[in-house]
Amino acid sequence: MRRSLLLLLLFVAWLAGPPASHAQSSEALKALADLAVDDTDRREAAVGVLGATRDTKWLEFLAALRDGNVYARGKGTTLEIVVGGAKTTKGEQDVIEIVTAYDRKLIGTVPVASVTEIAADRRLRIAIKPFLDADETRVQLASPDAEARRGAALKLGHQADAGAAAVVEAAIAKETVPNVRHALEEALALIRLAHGEPAVRVLAAQALGGLHSFDGMPALQRLAAETSASRAEREAATVAIRQIERWSLLVRTLETAFQGASLASILLLMALGLAIVFGLMGVINMAHGELMALGAYSTFVVQNIFRARWPEWFNAYFVVALPVAFIVAALVGVVLERGVIRRLYGRPLETLLLTWGASLIIQQGLRLWFGAANVDVSSPSWLSGGFALMTGLTLPFNRLFIIGLAAMSVAAMYWLLFGTGAGLRIRAVTQNRGMSSCLGVRAGWVDATTFALGAGLAGLAGAALTQIGNVGPSLGQNYIVDSFMVVVTGGVGKLAGTILAAAGIGGLNKGIEPALGAVFAKVAILLLVILFLQRRPAGLFATRGRSAEA
Amino acid sequence: MPRREAAAVAAAALLLVVVLPICNALPASSALHVSDFRLNLFGKFLAYAILALGLDLLWGYAGVLSLGHGVFFGLGAYAMGMHLMLEIGAKSVYQSALPDFMVWNQVKELPLFWRPFYSDVFTLVAIVVVPGLVALAFGFLAFRSRIRGVYFSIITQALALSAWLVFNRNEMRLGGTNGLADFKTIFGFPLNQPSTQRGLYAVTALALLVAYLVCRWITGSRAGKVLVAIRDSETRVLFSGYSPARYKLFVFVVSAVLAGVAGALYAPQVGIITPAKIGVLPSIEMVVWVAAGGRGTLVGAVAGAFGVNWMQSWLTTSYPDVWLLFLGGLFMGVVLFFPDGLVGAVARAFGGMGRLTRGASFTATPTESARSRGPSSTGHPRPEPVARPPLQ
Amino acid sequence: MSTYSRRDFLKTGLVAAGAGVAVAHGFPSIIGAQGKEPVKIGVLHSLSGTMAISEVSLRDVVLMAVDEINAKGGVMGRPISPVVVDPASNWDLFAEKAKQLLLQDKVAVVFGCWTSVSRKSVLPVFENNNGLLFYPVQYEGEECSKNVFYTGACPNQQLVPGAEYLMSKEGGSYKKFYLLGTDYVFPRTANKILRAFLLAKGVPAANIEEEYTPFSHQDYQTIVGKIKRFASGGGACVLSTINGDSNVPFYKEFANQGLRSENAPIMAYSVAEDELRGMDTGALVGHLAAWNYFQSVDTPANKKFVNAFKEYAQKKGLPGGAKRVTDDPMEAAYFGVHIWKQAAEKAKSFDVDAVRKAVYGQTFAAPVGPIKMHEYNQHTYRPVLIGEILKDGQFKIISRTKGNVEPEPWSKYTSPDKGCDWINHQGTYQKKA
Repeated sequence: MRRSLLLLLLFVAWLAGPPASHAQSSEALKALADLAVDDTDRREAAVGVLGATRDTKWLEFLAALRDGNVYARGKGTTLEIVVGGAKTTKGEQDVIEIVTAYDRKLIGTVPVASVTEIAADRRLRIAIKPFLDADETRVQLASPDAEARRGAALKLGHQADAGAAAVVEAAIAKETVPNVRHALEEALALIRLAHGEPAVRVLAAQALGGLHSFDGMPALQRLAAETSASRAEREAATVAIRQIERWSLLVRTLETAFQGASLASILLLMALGLAIVFGLMGVINMAHGELMALGAYSTFVVQNIFRARWPEWFNAYFVVALPVAFIVAALVGVVLERGVIRRLYGRPLETLLLTWGASLIIQQGLRLWFGAANVDVSSPSWLSGGFALMTGLTLPFNRLFIIGLAAMSVAAMYWLLFGTGAGLRIRAVTQNRGMSSCLGVRAGWVDATTFALGAGLAGLAGAALTQIGNVGPSLGQNYIVDSFMVVVTGGVGKLAGTILAAAGIGGLNKGIEPALGAVFAKVAILLLVILFLQRRPAGLFATRGRSAEA
Repeated sequence: MPRREAAAVAAAALLLVVVLPICNALPASSALHVSDFRLNLFGKFLAYAILALGLDLLWGYAGVLSLGHGVFFGLGAYAMGMHLMLEIGAKSVYQSALPDFMVWNQVKELPLFWRPFYSDVFTLVAIVVVPGLVALAFGFLAFRSRIRGVYFSIITQALALSAWLVFNRNEMRLGGTNGLADFKTIFGFPLNQPSTQRGLYAVTALALLVAYLVCRWITGSRAGKVLVAIRDSETRVLFSGYSPARYKLFVFVVSAVLAGVAGALYAPQVGIITPAKIGVLPSIEMVVWVAAGGRGTLVGAVAGAFGVNWMQSWLTTSYPDVWLLFLGGLFMGVVLFFPDGLVGAVARAFGGMGRLTRGASFTATPTESARSRGPSSTGHPRPEPVARPPLQ
Repeated sequence: MSTYSRRDFLKTGLVAAGAGVAVAHGFPSIIGAQGKEPVKIGVLHSLSGTMAISEVSLRDVVLMAVDEINAKGGVMGRPISPVVVDPASNWDLFAEKAKQLLLQDKVAVVFGCWTSVSRKSVLPVFENNNGLLFYPVQYEGEECSKNVFYTGACPNQQLVPGAEYLMSKEGGSYKKFYLLGTDYVFPRTANKILRAFLLAKGVPAANIEEEYTPFSHQDYQTIVGKIKRFASGGGACVLSTINGDSNVPFYKEFANQGLRSENAPIMAYSVAEDELRGMDTGALVGHLAAWNYFQSVDTPANKKFVNAFKEYAQKKGLPGGAKRVTDDPMEAAYFGVHIWKQAAEKAKSFDVDAVRKAVYGQTFAAPVGPIKMHEYNQHTYRPVLIGEILKDGQFKIISRTKGNVEPEPWSKYTSPDKGCDWINHQGTYQKKA
């Protein structure tokens, strides 16, 4: 108890006082020697002394101690404290490279057996932590990485420690990135709220309200309920709380809307290929999910190639992976179509079973080739993180990308079907195969191209999915039923049907989810689809007569 | 039923219902002994065969492909399972009248919908009625709105997925992902006794016999002919004055009831029922039993159920990596090369039967001309299978 | 009118013949020669299907242990012959395969299962036929079968220490706990125990949130939003029993919505090195896990174990080769095999009851350090380690209990009145107050 008090005092003194000189003082050296003794109390005190120097070199040493890299080495009659580096094997022995504790000057490589590890047990680690934390936060505030600065600001705000106010103010003056600046201002307000005088606290409360600070809610709520505070303070807190709550409602609505759009875009991307194949050819492709898996695995392979051959271009791998995924899936689709599906036109139930069989084979093939475990597809840096639209609302980049990709795919489909000769031929064959044949359209080729197109889109969807989910052999299974729901609801008459169905299902699902939870929201959607089909048995836009208009 | 067929059925019945259990009762040293393990396995296969019969009736004869029959199977199995759980009573680990999973979920009182399952009679009735009612409701909505073909299959998938999601939730008080397990007695007979297992097996075999006779009767009757007509051309049947929806609904309910009975016989023999049997994948596997055996022939359904499951047992023991490849290949092979299934292929090998339309041995392959017509944009089978020269 | 054609006769004949052929398989197998006759053991792990991802490694490590033992002369001079079957992640196949192993192959012991469903479905088979199962995976407790040895962690050997660490000063003194899990028995029971523990330690109920998602759930946007709001103001952490597949989308969404491991750490109870192998660890770095073993444990026994496994993987051409990793269930499976061997040698017999009694109190120099089988409750004494996830999918060990922790199959927070004892009682019993 006494020791902890002493440590606390040392720590506070350290926070308040100026930095010590950057030399190895004798106290520090004595403390260093103390680390090797058997007495935990003395070791704890030693840590306190070393930390109080606020010398970065001693703080680095403490970090090494915490990580278990500090050893004691016999040198004549005394023990020398050293920091150990990498352990290697030289011949028969295990050796370790050691450096001095303060300067990190290389001493040499010695056998592991000749040094004894100084274990940092829990008490020691607890003693080390505050020094390193404060130092780390300070260092982080000056870090070049914006996210690290923001994290440090948040931590300072949570700690609401009076001593940090000056540092935060200084950082605000220098800060250029808006969301980091926001976090810093929030931290400052929280510190002032915790430690200032009544007038300062009123201002701080108003500031928090203006900043729409969610992190400040608990502190504001405490202030509003504090009986010892003045009326002005409590009122300011209440006003701020209401401001933040209104903002929160706005944020939540926008968040749900975005999530709905994100889900809708994913469904659309998955269902587009399926809708084209089903709508234009009447083939129900149960292997659609596996074509998506193939696209995902192609992305994985491209990622590995980039990692091995061109690591400096790693961020570009995804851009290359998209067309690769499209092509690979399209090729497999062509093989599937020309090889087996061609024999089953006009028999949709049979194609359903056939393609299911193909899907099992592809799945097991992937499992045997790549292993049963999921594989790791890393996000390129431009797809990690999010766009902080407003306080409390971050739109992840990967989802924004998928929304963009879905929109582009739809636009590309429309252009292809209505703006090119190939599209014209596709539509012709769908409307009247015999007549098109008579007019010189090679129906067989058109079938293959259409199926390849649908399969390629599936591959594209698979590549996109690697950024938000797992990549494993059973990736297809997770999404196949959702894709079918969209196609069946949208009907095969128009592409617009698929778009509307995806939007409807995605939006509705996310809208219901906060109330019912994920599972029951999904069940509700499935039941709604079943009921919807009562009114429109062939989907939103069914084909009329025998012709298909897209 | 013609005499030769009756004789064959009787012979098979004798073998399955009487001979095999007796072989099981023989001492282990005897050459004719059938081990408990084997008999139990057969019992499971026979339960599957009942399910396959129902599915065959629905798909092979009426042309309605349901990819969600796991739901009805599961409903029957859960009904029986609930009763068995309540039978355990104080013999469980927690020594409570409540099923185990309720105790660790901190449920204090038995939920209302569980209470009637204390009664044997209610359970037996529920096994038949619950799947039937669900099928009635679903089928009524679906067939009345003329949802057909692929659309119907896909919404049965939606049904299967919803049921799977719901049964997996703990709040439903049905055991969640663990399902219902650890049964101790059935109607008072202890489940770990070989004699009980033998009895269960015999009951299953009998049930299969009854199911076969019922299906045979349906397909041999006029209703059976209407069903086949619906399969081949629904619009024409409509214009001929029949109501296809009613016939389809009838056979849908019958197949659901058969599935429920199959599930109820499956649960005590396997000892566990989980939502894993209700979902999308197991339902599609059930379809491949019928396809591989030979749809449109009742015996084919039974043979398929037996054959495919036996292959699964064997392959997962000897060549585990191969099982899924085999299953996938089976799907594809059956659809492409053996549309009449194993039974059809064997029969064809035994001296080309020219005419495929004879009594109970209908096969469900559409006529040749439809194949050359190219893809259908609506996804429905062409309404007019009239022979025309191929266009390509 | 329909005639009964030759075809129909053939069809019914086929069925009968098929039945007959199948019956023939039931004939007793030829008895092998006496003498150095191998002793059969069963390996019951899913090699295909959804659980294959996790269970394939267990099969591999059990076979490696068998090879090791056989190289040293086997058990009592007899080589071990493993019978490997694949229940294909199918719960009813588990029961069937268990019956096959015990009744057809007549194995002396089975090493198997992963999910609680699979264990619960084989339990009656083992109990009715007096078989022996070694079960190596962490589980929810509340079970104590005479026929199972549980070499994985009980809740008090993993769940509670993890939460305790986060509550402690060293762990960060967290005050708010979001209990998030996949919807099945392990997370449900785990959270029941965690909640009881937290309440007993004075955490107000308003600071505890509980939520479940189904298996393979991918879309965590809503839930992460909720966690964000819950965590506002600091001092919040997530205790995650999310299983398998769903982990990647959860961690990714967490990171993408701006939550950091320093501000709101996730303590995972079902994420180990084998799962991290297939994940983009960028989003997971800095988050925590609690286990009884990590591959990065620095003991000579563990170095030997890890190298041996990597060599084994390369030699057998297993997918992944030298990049394969070891984790807690694998270590438990490994020492389970050795414990069984030791017990059989002590009992000088393979009879289940004799071996069982010989297992009680057995010790073994496991890779993590010395472990001991409990003297009467079928579980295992193991140490508890807290690890921090590193970029390469390994863990940095940041905390470790000094010795082993005694297993409590009935948690003192939720079932203080129950205990498990097979020496003085018949398994689970009511403690006198």
